[in-house]
Amino acid sequence: MSAILKSEKLRVEFKSREFRQPVKVALTGLDLEVQAGEVFGFLGPNGAGKTTTMNVLLGFIPPTSGTAYLFGIDVRQPIARQRIGYLPEMTYYYKFLTAEELLRFYAKIFGLARAEADQRIDQLLKLVELEQARKRTIRSYSKGMQQRVGLAQALINNPDLLILDEPTSGLDPLGRMKVREIIQRLKNEGKTVFFSSHELGEVETVCDRVAIIHQGELKTVGRVDKIMESYPTLEKAFLNIVGYQPQTAS
Amino acid sequence: MKTIFAIAGVVIMELYRRKDFYVLFVLTAFITLAAGSVHFFHESNIVRYVKDLCLLLIWISAWIITIATTARQIPMERESRTIFPLLAKPVTRGQIILGKFFGCWFASGIALVVFYLFFIVVTGSREHYWPVLQYVQAILLQWLMLGLLTAMTLLGSIIFAAPSSTVTIVFISAFSIWFLGPHLNVIALRNPEPLRDIIYTAYFIIPHLELFDLRERLVGDWSVVPWSACGLAALYAAAYTGLFLLLAWLGFRRQNLST
Repeated sequence: MSAILKSEKLRVEFKSREFRQPVKVALTGLDLEVQAGEVFGFLGPNGAGKTTTMNVLLGFIPPTSGTAYLFGIDVRQPIARQRIGYLPEMTYYYKFLTAEELLRFYAKIFGLARAEADQRIDQLLKLVELEQARKRTIRSYSKGMQQRVGLAQALINNPDLLILDEPTSGLDPLGRMKVREIIQRLKNEGKTVFFSSHELGEVETVCDRVAIIHQGELKTVGRVDKIMESYPTLEKAFLNIVGYQPQTAS
Repeated sequence: MKTIFAIAGVVIMELYRRKDFYVLFVLTAFITLAAGSVHFFHESNIVRYVKDLCLLLIWISAWIITIATTARQIPMERESRTIFPLLAKPVTRGQIILGKFFGCWFASGIALVVFYLFFIVVTGSREHYWPVLQYVQAILLQWLMLGLLTAMTLLGSIIFAAPSSTVTIVFISAFSIWFLGPHLNVIALRNPEPLRDIIYTAYFIIPHLELFDLRERLVGDWSVVPWSACGLAALYAAAYTGLFLLLAWLGFRRQNLST
């Protein structure tokens, strides 16, 4: 298997805007490899560095040192993002556009021909069950519908790697199930999925491997069953790895 | 280029799905219609004055649309975070700047043509006189000037975080340049050194927006400007537009964007 996503000694520092405040280290030399065809869960408590890692992988921020590659191409080059799909945590789309217009816009960015784009838009709207609402502006959609539009836009270029930032955050159980089904379907199609989540039950169900990050440092990486060997659930394993001490009631 | 025009297309769609453009259009149309329908006892000076006033209104409306639309593009992308799904595609920041520029420039161009068409129909139907070439030149030069203004505003929106700050500063700068720019060399002569040199430098550095203003020629029914002069004005506008876009790109490419 080949590494589709790779980071080497990735370090990110943020300078404080306030006078004489120390530099904040968000990532301390992160080494990560995601192989083709696997569903990889990226876990960590809030502020652990998950979003910073994703920001570097997507080229939003440059690393202070170290490098990251997508399909062997440095993430700083836009072409590295040609074969990826990205679903942000929240729905960040042009709300004055309809779902169809939004997908057509992204299809144009990927250089899809008109006929191919039409076909792909129809397929995706069917997949995310938004065919009836395709002509409505995104502004009028419910949160679940907006998240499904997000998933459709992430798939517009038929990506080989999907980067999902907490894809089920804020969704109702039905919405979560739907997203989970789609991830499973993509896995069956041989796609690689890299996603961050706080829903450990979900991670346990769909992931092949997970990495746990805490305070910018990679704590562990490996197969879900291996990590869970000494623990009854992934949640217990996670809490132990990040050093959480449960407080007993006095 | 496809990416740039795709981004530009979204900018145009956004403008025409907002209400402020229509409010401004209706207001301009109403004043133009009201002013154009008054006869003033066929007194030619008053008619000219009214025409001048209507053209000034078109200038100001076009400026408002251009500056207000452009100023909010990048800040709104950042605030609503729509920039993240966009940058997660194979899109460079330079393409975003160019896409926003062309979108705003084309949108303001469409608005400008609509304003002028209304003005031409109202004045033409009253005077039975249709100086088409003069109008074409006036629209073309004003559109080139709006391109320069779009690039200037885009640069402002990279420097200042709030669209309201960008709008205020660009508007004041552009108006100052338009009103004071042509007279700076005369003002320089009346001042001692080193102020004289400073004012002279400013005179040669600022983009002279008055070069694109053919209102007086339209009102006075003057002949067409030589096309070579229009070409030179286009080159002049292109140079300043290119410079502002380059500066905007240099500022934007280094900005950290975190989700």
